[in-house]
Amino acid sequence: MMGFLPYLVAAWLLLVGLYGVVTSRNLVHAITCLSVAQSSTYILLLSVGFERGGTAPIFLDVPVGTKAVDPVVGALTLTDVVVGATVSALLLALAVQAYKHHGTLDPERLKPERD
Amino acid sequence: MSPRLRRRVFLAAAAVAGALLLWGLTGLPDYGVYVGPYGDVLNQVAVAERKATNVVASVTFDYRGVDTMGEEYILFAAVLGVAILLRAQRDEHEEPPDEDAADRRAPGTSNAVRVVGLALVGPVVLYGLYLVAHGHLTPGGGFQGGVVLATAALLVYLSGEYVTLRRVSPELVTDLAESTGAAGYVAIGLLGVAAGATFLTNVLPLGQPGALLSAGTIPLINMAIGLEVAGGFMLLISEFLEQTLVIRRPGEVT
Amino acid sequence: MIVLEVTVFLLVAAAGTAVVVTRDPLNQAIVASFYGLVLGIMFFVYQAPDVALSQITVGAVALPLMILLALAKVRALEGSRRRDDR
Repeated sequence: MMGFLPYLVAAWLLLVGLYGVVTSRNLVHAITCLSVAQSSTYILLLSVGFERGGTAPIFLDVPVGTKAVDPVVGALTLTDVVVGATVSALLLALAVQAYKHHGTLDPERLKPERD
Repeated sequence: MSPRLRRRVFLAAAAVAGALLLWGLTGLPDYGVYVGPYGDVLNQVAVAERKATNVVASVTFDYRGVDTMGEEYILFAAVLGVAILLRAQRDEHEEPPDEDAADRRAPGTSNAVRVVGLALVGPVVLYGLYLVAHGHLTPGGGFQGGVVLATAALLVYLSGEYVTLRRVSPELVTDLAESTGAAGYVAIGLLGVAAGATFLTNVLPLGQPGALLSAGTIPLINMAIGLEVAGGFMLLISEFLEQTLVIRRPGEVT
Repeated sequence: MIVLEVTVFLLVAAAGTAVVVTRDPLNQAIVASFYGLVLGIMFFVYQAPDVALSQITVGAVALPLMILLALAKVRALEGSRRRDDR
C-alpha cells in the first residue's frame, strides 16, 4: 500500500485539477486549477525515479558510486516547472484580453454569439 | 449544456478515467524501488566523462541539451506572446485616473518594509549569480538562478521604488538580455559544429571535477539560460505592472 | 522517514484540493503560494534539490505574483468601464 501512495496522489491531483477547470466560473480560477493538474505530472515523474536510501545525484562531497536517485527525471522536471509557469502567464494575458473585449471573465458568458 | 449537466457528465467520465489510470499505474514498480538502468549508468559515468559533479545539470545541458533548447524556446515564445498581447493594448490610449480619487493618495510603504527590501536586494542578486555560476557543481543552474535574479527586481518594486525599477531595468535592456540568452544557446551549439563535431557537442576543455572552470560548455550554457530566464521574467513582471500603474510625478496635475 | 513521507503526500493532496475548492481568485492566489511551498518540501524529501529550488522560486513567488497582477489589471479595467457607463 505504501508503495502505491504517490501514484494515487498524482492521479487524484490530475482529476481534481480537471474538475476545477470544467466547473469554473472565472477564467483566472481555471488557469490556477490547470497548474495544479500540471503539478501531478511532476509527482509521477519523480516517484518513478526515487530509490529508497539514495542521496541526491550531486557528487561534490560524496564519492562516485554511492547510491543516488535518478538524475534524468530531475532534469525533465526542473525545466518543466519554470516553463509551465511562463505558459500560465501567457494564459493570464489572454484572460485579461478577453475581459477587455467582452467585459466578463465568466466562461459561461464568453460563448460565441449566435444570431 | 447547463453547468449542472456538465458537472454530472464530467464526474461520470472522471470515474471511468480514474479507474483506467489506477489500473495502469499498478503496472509500475513499487515506489522506492528503482529498476531502470539509465539512472545508475549515468551516476557512474557522468562525473568521469563530463567532469561535472552535478549530474542533473550534465543531463540537462549536455546529454539532453537539445530538449533544453526546445524548452527554452517555449519560454521565449510565451514571453513574446505576453509582450505582443499587452503592449498593443498600452499603445492604444492612456487612461486618465479615476476622478473620484484624485485627492486621495495611497499610503506610502512603511519605512521598515523599505529598509529591509532595499537591504536584501544586494544579497539576492549575489545569490542569483552564485546559483548560475555554480550550476555544474552544486544544485542550481541557469533556470533557478535566473528566477532568483528576477525576484531581486521585484524586491525593488515592493519597497515602493517603482521609478527606480524603470530606471534600473528599462525595456531595451531586458529585451536585449533575453534575446542574447536565447541566441547564445544556439551560438554555443554552433561552436560544436565549427570544431568539426555535431551540434551542441561539449568541445571546450573539460578541466578537473570540482573546479569552477570545468565541464566545458556547461557553465557557458548555464549563463546563457540564466540571462534568458532573468530577462524573460523581468519582462513579464514589468508588462503586467505597466498596465496597472499611473506614475504621478510630484508637481503634475493629471 | 516513512511517517515523514506519508505526511507530506497527504499534505500535498489536501493542499491541491484546497486550491481547487477556493473559488475567489484573490484567495486562491495565496493558497496556490502555500501549495507551491508544500510541493517544494515534497521535492526535497524526494532528494531532488534542483527541482525543489525551481519549485520554491517559481511556484511560491512568481506564479501567485502574476495571478495578482492579472487580477489588478482586470479591476482597473472594470473601474474605467464603470466610469464610461456613467
